[in-house]
Amino acid sequence: MRTALIVLRKDILLELRTFETLPAMILFAVSTFVVFHFALNRSSIGGQLAAGVLTATVLFAGLLGVNRLFVADREQGGFDAFMLAPVDRSALLLAKASALFIFLAVLEVVALPAFALLLLGPSLGPALGGLIVLLALADVAVAVIGTLVSAIAVHTRARDLIAPIIALPLLIPALIATAEGAGPLLSAHAHRFPEGRWLAILALYDLVFALLAHAVFDFLLED
Amino acid sequence: MSAVAPAIEVRGLTRRFGERTVLREVSVAVPRGATLAVLGRNGAGKSTLLRVLATLLSPHAGEVTVLGESLPSRGFAVRGRVGYLGHDPLLYRDLTPRENLRYHARLHRVPLTRVDELLEIAGMRLRADDPVRTLSQGMVQRLAVCRATLHHPQVLLLDEPRANLDPGAGDLLEPLIGRRSETTRVLTSHDPAAALREADLVLGLYDGRAAFCSQADQVGASELEALYR
Repeated sequence: MRTALIVLRKDILLELRTFETLPAMILFAVSTFVVFHFALNRSSIGGQLAAGVLTATVLFAGLLGVNRLFVADREQGGFDAFMLAPVDRSALLLAKASALFIFLAVLEVVALPAFALLLLGPSLGPALGGLIVLLALADVAVAVIGTLVSAIAVHTRARDLIAPIIALPLLIPALIATAEGAGPLLSAHAHRFPEGRWLAILALYDLVFALLAHAVFDFLLED
Repeated sequence: MSAVAPAIEVRGLTRRFGERTVLREVSVAVPRGATLAVLGRNGAGKSTLLRVLATLLSPHAGEVTVLGESLPSRGFAVRGRVGYLGHDPLLYRDLTPRENLRYHARLHRVPLTRVDELLEIAGMRLRADDPVRTLSQGMVQRLAVCRATLHHPQVLLLDEPRANLDPGAGDLLEPLIGRRSETTRVLTSHDPAAALREADLVLGLYDGRAAFCSQADQVGASELEALYR
């Protein structure tokens, strides 16, 4: 845990210095909402359609973060430096997944109000608590799978292509659960909390992939 | 068999990259406190040998022992006791020298006061809070030396350690990476004369094979010439 915090702290500091990842994610999400606003030719949307637009947009914006996750480490020798330290290598998984989770959370802090302003018909207020819980579970899935995929893709020349190609199929179950759970929250007769089964599916999905990532991550770091 | 085991023992080391064999059955032993100079032309396998000893690459055949620990299986027991200075400085360009060294100090559980001590020794105190990307290559190399020696390693693996350093900087860093460091050292150099002055043993690599391995004072000019032909 201590090592993960050291690496996470360094990653946050690097992002604050360079602003290479978060602004791109936020700009992408807001631009996509603007595109949907005009492409759907509707002043507002709600229910399942709104849930689909929100979930897909956050997912694609998140993939920008996945692509950038290990770039500084790969290009500037951070991988080797970490491998030379007498530390538990799985701490890198925890640190990178936590960094991606934080980036996604910051993205949503900006993207949700933008979504409500540009596209959403019903008020977001009553369902906000439920939506935050749902998105937090979805963010864990993107963070864990994204970190795993990014660690694979960063060693390849076509990493910008490889990461989405591997990550998207793996994330489809999480996408379905998030969109299905968010649909009723974004409808005119808003539910306050998502159905338990979608939360359970997401939590189980997070757990399974966290264990899988922990089991294989060390092997991904080997030469 | 000697009473004290060598700090580094390599027997029949082979390492490939895809179809290309970069090291072929290389064997060498370095006693504790001694300096081994690895010489050879570009692509001879010098850097690969150092990366294997640093646990960054796994051997494909042969046996490698560093500080009594077999690699790669006991790599975790070696990492904190080895200092590796490679071609890349392993520093984040957008962080400052102080931030970079503090990051490494935390990873190696070294007190942060060591960072200030090293910045002083390397003559980097005035530039300690500028981003690394704004530093000259020589200053980056000084900083890389600080990173490699931060945790008081017992073995130093130095790939062209004097690259980009002016003579003054070389003198400043002498206590860290020179003979005065009192560590076991493996160094590569494209300046055979300078390497011979620093070394006790010399390993000549030619296309990944050990062309010769002998005491530094027994290496002849003809052997060196053949190495770079």
